[in-house]
Amino acid sequence: MRQFFQFLLYAKKSSRLAGLVCLTLLATLLLAACGDSTATPAAVATTAPAVTTASITSAVTSAASASGSPAATSGTIKVGILHSLSGTMAISEVSVKDATVMAIDEINAKGGVLGKKLEVVIEDGASDWPTFAEKAKKLIQQDKVAVVFGCWTSASRKSVLPVFESLKGLLFYPVQYEGLEQSPNIFYTGATTNQQIVPAVDYLLSQGKKKIYLLGSDYVFPRTANTIIKAQLKAKGGTLAGEEYTPLGATEYSTVLSKIKAAQPDVIFNTLNGDSNVAFFKQFKDAGFTAQSLPVLSVSVAEDEVRGIGIENIQGHLTAWNYYQTTDTPENTRFVAAYKAKYGDKRVTDDPIEAGYFGVYLWKLAVEKAASTDVEKVRAAAKGIEFAAPEGTVKIDGDTQHTYKKVRIGKIRADGLIDEVYSTPDPVKPDPYLKSYDWAASLPKQ
Amino acid sequence: MLAKLVQIITWANFAGFSPLILSRSPVLVTRSSLTDEKEGLTLDELLSQAFNGLSLGSVLLLISLGLAFSFGLMNVINMAHGEFIMVGAYTTYLLQQILAPALGGVSGGLTFLISIPVAFLAAGLLGFLLENTLIRFLYGRPLDTLLATWGVGLVLQQLARTIFGAPNVQVVSPGWLSGGFSPLPGLNLPYKRLFIIGLVLICVAAIYLYLYRSRSGRRMRAVMQNREIAGTLGIATRRVDGITFAIGSGLAGVAGSALTLIGPIGPTLGTNYIVDAFLVVVLGGVGRLPGTILAALLIGVFNTLLELQTSASIGKVLVFVLVIIFLQWKPRGLVALRSR
Repeated sequence: MRQFFQFLLYAKKSSRLAGLVCLTLLATLLLAACGDSTATPAAVATTAPAVTTASITSAVTSAASASGSPAATSGTIKVGILHSLSGTMAISEVSVKDATVMAIDEINAKGGVLGKKLEVVIEDGASDWPTFAEKAKKLIQQDKVAVVFGCWTSASRKSVLPVFESLKGLLFYPVQYEGLEQSPNIFYTGATTNQQIVPAVDYLLSQGKKKIYLLGSDYVFPRTANTIIKAQLKAKGGTLAGEEYTPLGATEYSTVLSKIKAAQPDVIFNTLNGDSNVAFFKQFKDAGFTAQSLPVLSVSVAEDEVRGIGIENIQGHLTAWNYYQTTDTPENTRFVAAYKAKYGDKRVTDDPIEAGYFGVYLWKLAVEKAASTDVEKVRAAAKGIEFAAPEGTVKIDGDTQHTYKKVRIGKIRADGLIDEVYSTPDPVKPDPYLKSYDWAASLPKQ
Repeated sequence: MLAKLVQIITWANFAGFSPLILSRSPVLVTRSSLTDEKEGLTLDELLSQAFNGLSLGSVLLLISLGLAFSFGLMNVINMAHGEFIMVGAYTTYLLQQILAPALGGVSGGLTFLISIPVAFLAAGLLGFLLENTLIRFLYGRPLDTLLATWGVGLVLQQLARTIFGAPNVQVVSPGWLSGGFSPLPGLNLPYKRLFIIGLVLICVAAIYLYLYRSRSGRRMRAVMQNREIAGTLGIATRRVDGITFAIGSGLAGVAGSALTLIGPIGPTLGTNYIVDAFLVVVLGGVGRLPGTILAALLIGVFNTLLELQTSASIGKVLVFVLVIIFLQWKPRGLVALRSR
């Protein structure tokens, strides 16, 4: 942002210097174009200036709340929630925080864990990755919480990971991500690649959609995902119709659509994130494409995002997740009703919301099995623990600390909810490094 | 002179060097293998590409027309320009919520047509207030103006988040703008794009008429050319400042209203467009409306062309490179204002 100011100032004062500052800007752009390996938002990640002020505010808040009493001495167990409640990521993370709070309230209403009530400490990561690390440290060291539920973007997770490892904390992470990670101090309740992307491509191939066009935002999650997809297509007889990345926050898709038209794919595999999805689907429809003539399968569009895109623009297109609001289990009926009763009838549930919810229960079961909140004991006890979650039975895989999950392909319907059109028969074993896939052997290891 | 020469050589080196860096990225590799398979553009591809360029140019022009007033004519670095675009978009959303049931359903399209002038008025009024309460105290202090307007932008963003919620909202586009016009098989010109091109033409015509055919426009040009002399001739320069800024903001509102057709409507909408808007105005030559028009079209055409040959990210980078080279050659932009 600072280069941008300079650019403007110099442009006014002496246009000769404008070029020089343009160069600085350009260098920034170049870096971004070449794939920034640290930023990995799983949803929105447009750079909002709001972040800066928000982090200042929350720093003040944290200073104020620092005088809180130390943990679990009395009849309560302290647990932490760490999500962005301000800044760009607040769009997605507030709902997950709400679901987590709901699970904690439910557990407390039924007597708590090990006979103790849960006391929740909520911190705001403010869509700013260093703030996440700072708040994680505060939760573990000052509040001495037994566990933290939180994070959304991979960037925030990567930022808190060393904190949790060095301070021996415990994190439950609720969002689908690009895999290739396995920390002893993190439990991953969202999908890894072989529980979302790989089966989605298999589904498309099985439907005879062999010519696939890859479209994504230009950062590490789409690029990693597409590297995997390309290896998979090569091994399974699919063809790559084209591959295109647009900058985060891009709103102009006419040229991309011309390229897609020229490439004549059977299907588009969409890893765009945030606002770009709105622009893409609006312009896609205007360019004369329909869900029948060219379906788009998205991995970052859930029930929460459909409304902003406009239902008439995205109806009939496909998504890949592990859970939908319409998922037909008794647990889900109850979960959706409770969520709406607590937060309002207009709210919808989606995959990360559900993963944020059942993560709390998985931790509760592990603690009860270990009869302790000690991180090492909980980790040892967590292996193989099962819970009847809204999406069906989920089980913790002890080796990877990910969860077994069913994979569901959905179709967006006229009211904005998503119907399941295909589901794997059983929960899929998590495989963050894709070790069990022959074709993945050639992929670069991170 | 020598220093200038060295500079040019440095730029040339950089321009030659940059493809070298880029070729390491996987995109370009895939891209080049893809383009090898193609035998060149067919007629309809060429035409649709030309249309894409024109269309992007019209969007760029729409978002930078307002800035050409506040930044170009008044030298106010208005970082809140993007937020005025957002105000226009939310005005459209609000009007649709309120008026649609009364005016025969959301797809009637009448509400959308009404919302364009209303967005102009709403954003213009906000701009007028901002000029009167804040910016007029900061004239001649570009850094302070920049920070103050940036702050105003943040306040407006948070305000939108508080009022309308953080997620994007939906504006239903008029039914008669869906689909496209197809003069040739394989060539599809979306009505929404045609509408935006038409709207820009109307805006440019209206600005021309105002600036060159009205008394108020003549006063505005006089103040922008020489504030002191205009003042001594009895023109209320303060009032002219307020009106100029209001018109610039109002044009941003119009842009916001039109952009609901093709883009997202959320609190951070403005940040998607602000950099492009400044790029267009600076390239066009600060203070020159014809330059802004030319720059928008040129950037539109070059951006789509380069994007077609490379990829979206790299196309944008190349546009920046070209703009830098050009500004080295002509530091005052495409259409330079002669001044003493």
